[in-house]
Amino acid sequence: MPILVTNLGGLVLLALMHTGRGALLLRAIVVQLPHAWRMRHLIYEQMHVVAIGSMPLVLTTSVFVGAVTAVQAVYQMQAYVPMKFLGVMISKSVFIELGPVLTALVVGSRLCANYAAELGTMKVTEQLDAMNIMAIEPVRYLAMPRFVAAVLMIPTITILANGIAIFGGYLASVLTLDVTSSTFIEGLRLFYDPLDVIGGLIKSFIFGGIISLSGIFFGFNTEGGAEGVGRATMTAVVGSCLSILVADYLLAIVLFQIVFGR
Amino acid sequence: MDLVEYTLPPPPDQRVPDPAAFAGIAIEGVSKAFGPKQVLDGTDLLIHKGETLVVIGRSGEGKSVLLKHIVRLLELDEGRIWIEGEEITGLRTRRLMELRKKFGFLFQGAALFDSMTICQNVGLMLSEHSGLSEDQVRARACECLAMVGLENVEDKLPSALSGGMKKRAGLARAIVMEPEYILYDEPTTGLDPITSDAINDLIIKLQKELGVTSIVVTHDMPSAFKIADRMAMLSRGKIQFTGTVEEVRTTDHAMVRQFIEGNARGPLGAF
Ligand SMILES: Nc1ncnc2c1ncn2[C@@H]1O[C@H](COP(=O)(O)OP(=O)(O)OP(=O)(O)O)[C@@H](O)[C@H]1O
Ligand SMILES: [Mg+2]
Repeated sequence: MPILVTNLGGLVLLALMHTGRGALLLRAIVVQLPHAWRMRHLIYEQMHVVAIGSMPLVLTTSVFVGAVTAVQAVYQMQAYVPMKFLGVMISKSVFIELGPVLTALVVGSRLCANYAAELGTMKVTEQLDAMNIMAIEPVRYLAMPRFVAAVLMIPTITILANGIAIFGGYLASVLTLDVTSSTFIEGLRLFYDPLDVIGGLIKSFIFGGIISLSGIFFGFNTEGGAEGVGRATMTAVVGSCLSILVADYLLAIVLFQIVFGR
Repeated sequence: MDLVEYTLPPPPDQRVPDPAAFAGIAIEGVSKAFGPKQVLDGTDLLIHKGETLVVIGRSGEGKSVLLKHIVRLLELDEGRIWIEGEEITGLRTRRLMELRKKFGFLFQGAALFDSMTICQNVGLMLSEHSGLSEDQVRARACECLAMVGLENVEDKLPSALSGGMKKRAGLARAIVMEPEYILYDEPTTGLDPITSDAINDLIIKLQKELGVTSIVVTHDMPSAFKIADRMAMLSRGKIQFTGTVEEVRTTDHAMVRQFIEGNARGPLGAF
């Protein structure tokens, strides 16, 4: 028990320390943002990295997320709730929660691992040193474009994922659950609130920041060869996923209870 | 175990009264430890403007670490370093970056950016810091590659090059901005004798024609004797000996003798 407590204490301390240093990194990146336009080719390059190869992942995840939500919703509604509420349930859970969070977890992990492994390898093979000595700041040349790309692309992919998930839910409902197409679409329109979508996108915007910061941070701080790169990548992905879940909770409170709340 | 006692002279005095007025690089009392391992332990060294200083010393003695301190890629634990009278410890990032533009650095492992082609590697500094057009950058990059004997590799990725070719591409990258100072970490290791000698000639040419100040870390004694104005030996965290090539050849300093003769017996020990 004491071991568990000290471990937990250490973990919290470590998390806070990383958060502090992560905040410094964020500040350093933000300071470089004015250069973003001049360095747009690097940003495009990174956006490409996010987009390419993510699509099959997004497609599969989203279709099944939508479909599963439909099946589960129908099971829970059973005879108590009219089927016209099916569309509402699916769209609200997808827009507010499932779309942003699952995209951040699935696409984000992939991206975070990519950032951490690439930057970590550059660190251990002295490429970051080489850049520094050439008077090119790695934060400007490597971190800022990756950060911007993630912050722009994760919400974009989330929009796409939202659409595909709704479609997946529709397919499952109409094809397998005896729900008519018109009932489903009526349900979608019912209680539609643009704030749901906007709130979800604000979340995914912040998730994009978390994902890239985690990958960049652990990549830049890699020590010790191939093993170090492996460790850094692992830590970055775990850190990113945990932070997303914690941030999701906090954002739920801030956005949907305080800002959008009555 | 060697039972012979060697009497060694104390390290040479390498300090100037006023390092802030010294043209060149002055290193005073630099110490650096990695965990429990004390790598540099009060190292003093002077590098005069325009000279080629060769640093010799056994593997793991901290030669690469010393080079990195000069451009502050590593933060020192103790001591001070002046470059042309400007103390670099505590320098603000912006100023440090300005200062670094005067330096070319050849890494021991070349450290080419492996997501960029050789041409982009060599030209990166130009495209970032000079107003040259893309074509001009490319032309200059190819010119530098030709100087190190590399042709038709511009559009290859570093992974497609041999070790020695990477080393030379790294050298081309180090000289592309015509720096005032070049720090070479083992420029000829891994190269065949003929290429090595061509690189020696290039180092000499850069010094003679452009007045470059160089610090060369090397184990390659023929190359060291050929290019050096002065040599310094690093051991046990300190510069144990400095002298001209002639002085190195004729010294009876036991450590230097052992090193240049490649003898397993001596004050340096074998392992
Ligand atoms: N980043 C680092 N972390 C921990 N220890 C380090 C680091 N860099 C160097 N060292 C240690 O410092 C010592 C000196 O290393 P350095 O690379 O300067 O040796 P060297 O004299 O250049 O050797 P070689 O001739 O083999 O290149 C070594 O014992 C090495 O283990
Ligand atoms: Mg070395």
